[in-house]
Amino acid sequence: MRDTQDPPLIKLEAAELHFPVGGILAQLQGRSTVVKAVDGVTFELHRGESVGLLGESGCGKTSTGRMLVRLDKATGGRVEFDGEDISALSGDALKRFRSRVQLIFQNPFEALNPRFTIRDVLAEPLENARIPKAEHEDRILRAMALVKLGDATQFMDRYPHQLSGGQLQRIVMARALILEPEFVVADEPVSMLDVSVRAGVLNVFRDVRAKTGITAIYISHDLALVRYVCERTIVMYLGRIVEDGPTEDIVANPLHPYTQALVAAVPVPHPDQSHEPLPIGRGAPDPRNPPSGCTFRDRCPRAFDRCAVEAPGPTRIQNRIVHCHLHAPET
Amino acid sequence: MTEPLLSLKDLSIAYKVGAHDTIAVEGATFDVQPGSIVGLVGESGCGKTTLARSLTRVLAANARIAGGEAVFCGQDIVALSERAMNGLRWREIAFIPQSAMNSLDPVYTVGSQLAEVLTRRGGMARAAARKRSEELFEWVGIETNRLGDYPHQFSGGMRQRVAIALALALDPKLIIADEPVTALDVIVQRQILDQLRELKERLGISVILVTHDISVVAYVCDRVVVMYAGRVVETGPMAATLTAPAHPYTMGLRNAFPDLAGAAGELTPIEGSPPDLANPPAGCRFAPRCPFAEARCRTDAPELLPYEGDHLAACHRIAEAEALRARAVASETWEIPA
Ligand SMILES: Nc1ncnc2c1ncn2[C@@H]1O[C@H](COP(=O)(O)OP(=O)(O)OP(=O)(O)O)[C@@H](O)[C@H]1O
Ligand SMILES: Nc1ncnc2c1ncn2[C@@H]1O[C@H](COP(=O)(O)OP(=O)(O)OP(=O)(O)O)[C@@H](O)[C@H]1O
Ligand code: SF4
Ligand code: SF4
Ligand SMILES: [Mg+2]
Ligand SMILES: [Mg+2]
Repeated sequence: MRDTQDPPLIKLEAAELHFPVGGILAQLQGRSTVVKAVDGVTFELHRGESVGLLGESGCGKTSTGRMLVRLDKATGGRVEFDGEDISALSGDALKRFRSRVQLIFQNPFEALNPRFTIRDVLAEPLENARIPKAEHEDRILRAMALVKLGDATQFMDRYPHQLSGGQLQRIVMARALILEPEFVVADEPVSMLDVSVRAGVLNVFRDVRAKTGITAIYISHDLALVRYVCERTIVMYLGRIVEDGPTEDIVANPLHPYTQALVAAVPVPHPDQSHEPLPIGRGAPDPRNPPSGCTFRDRCPRAFDRCAVEAPGPTRIQNRIVHCHLHAPET
Repeated sequence: MTEPLLSLKDLSIAYKVGAHDTIAVEGATFDVQPGSIVGLVGESGCGKTTLARSLTRVLAANARIAGGEAVFCGQDIVALSERAMNGLRWREIAFIPQSAMNSLDPVYTVGSQLAEVLTRRGGMARAAARKRSEELFEWVGIETNRLGDYPHQFSGGMRQRVAIALALALDPKLIIADEPVTALDVIVQRQILDQLRELKERLGISVILVTHDISVVAYVCDRVVVMYAGRVVETGPMAATLTAPAHPYTMGLRNAFPDLAGAAGELTPIEGSPPDLANPPAGCRFAPRCPFAEARCRTDAPELLPYEGDHLAACHRIAEAEALRARAVASETWEIPA
């Protein structure tokens, strides 16, 4: 959303990731046979930007992330990286792409091979990328310093179970960063960590950005965390973007009714806080049977006639984009 | 003050690992008043689940209550016969286990799991059980026509509500909920916390809420008990404890928390990790990570003593708490000297 001159590093145009589900029985019963995990998502990311992807469980955050690094191929629309359509990549070009992007997984306890020492874990991507052996030690130490695992030598020959959760998550980050990618997607990287450790990992994430200028997407359902690492936030609901703008503006003044509920839902560590009921209908969104028009309308406290018949398009309000009829110009 | 509903005194719980005992909870002392929500907080491994489970005596096979008492409505839970304890479970004290949403039986409908508790445990007739089930579902905000559904047909948040309905089935006086919202996203989390508050207000139930999130404590709890490495290090009214903590660990926890209501400054982690409980250090267990540790902290264990009224803390420097709080706000205070 920044109006910069240089071309975006990442560009999504009406990108879709649909999964077939149910099968014949569902078809016969006239039920939907597709889950629209990502359903017409459009945004651009410039180099050095760090963007939070925010929304409830099941809204399509991980799917978007996987599509961006091509762990899943978009089933519709276009996903571009550095000017190239990544769906079309194959062979050497795909390999090159894979060394330029990385995904950091949610659970550090599952992300690492338990039979590998930390040295092996970090050397593996170097070997796969055919980096000369002589450079390994140096690059491993650099990556470990980047994630503030100070005295790296004490960790090198340990196995994952001999490290704490916070140390493990830093190793996972070091492994993702060791090939010096241009773009990372961090999928709830601290949700499995103890709170006192989270702060350390979030600070490392900030530092790495400052030092390397890496472009990043940070996935979470908690705006309080996103805020520490991302200057811009994209809010998703049922596979679609509902709001996109500077994080601080969204925290201070959320425009979309769904974002308003998300912001109100975050508890704060102070005794005096609002206990007002959330401005959102009960029940969870059903990705197989989204309502017509605005897919949020069955939970939206402000829905009106138009919301049932027409899906809201993007409206630009200063440096924000909102998809809601309340903010759309009259037609 | 009214008679407490539950009163723990010097409760200790040990796990036998090989030939050794690990004391996972040591000398826990605190009260739970009727109609109140008490938050039990502390970092992973500090003994929250162990303590919570001991209160219904559903501990691991290698665990035992090594000392102390837990007096519930005049009876010491520790000394009760298994038969008498069984009489308390569900009826008086209900337990919602950590990741309860995965603990429902996948082969029975949620309605039949509720009916089972109501008829077998509660001695209700079928028809009465049916009516009660509907009432329980209404309380926790699930449509009653979903009683015939299987657990996999519900979302995680709804399964968590089913687990709360199960706990409420026989009208207990105390619910012990182990991390009931940790795995859930913020909207569902908020709805479940509101539910607990409403049940407290409407039915006068007490809740021990195990969590590692002080924002959750700030949102629903009346009192808080902070544990560190198996010991209670601070306990008091929620507002006083969070706004003016008397223990350096609680001060550190506050800094490590993101705060949507405040400015997006730096977060300050508490460096290091908790001690190995099989081999705890002498003196104050927080000393290796405490920026205010003195010589005596490494030799003498501090006792839990009053700070102000019924706000207690276990720190040798409790008298200087106000000055320590002022220093604890600065992130440099928490940097480990190189
Ligand atoms: N391989 C798949 N096959 C079928 N459906 C899928 C698949 N992967 C994801 N989905 C569905 O797509 C939707 C979006 O899932 P996704 O994992 O992207 O959500 P999320 O926002 O990351 O949620 P969470 O916060 O729970 O991780 C969900 O309804 C999910 O069930
Ligand atoms: N069956 C067991 N045998 C031996 N040690 C155990 C056993 N169960 C737990 N422990 C140990 O006892 C300590 C306390 O564990 P407990 O599960 O009570 O912690 P917790 O505070 O609930 O942590 P978390 O926040 O991770 O759930 C830990 O050090 C743990 O490793
Ligand atoms: S378009 Fe209508 S239903 Fe959708 S968020 Fe806006 S007001 Fe609510
Ligand atoms: S007793 Fe000493 S080491 Fe322990 S918390 Fe107090 S000042 Fe820190
Ligand atoms: Mg996900
Ligand atoms: Mg636990």
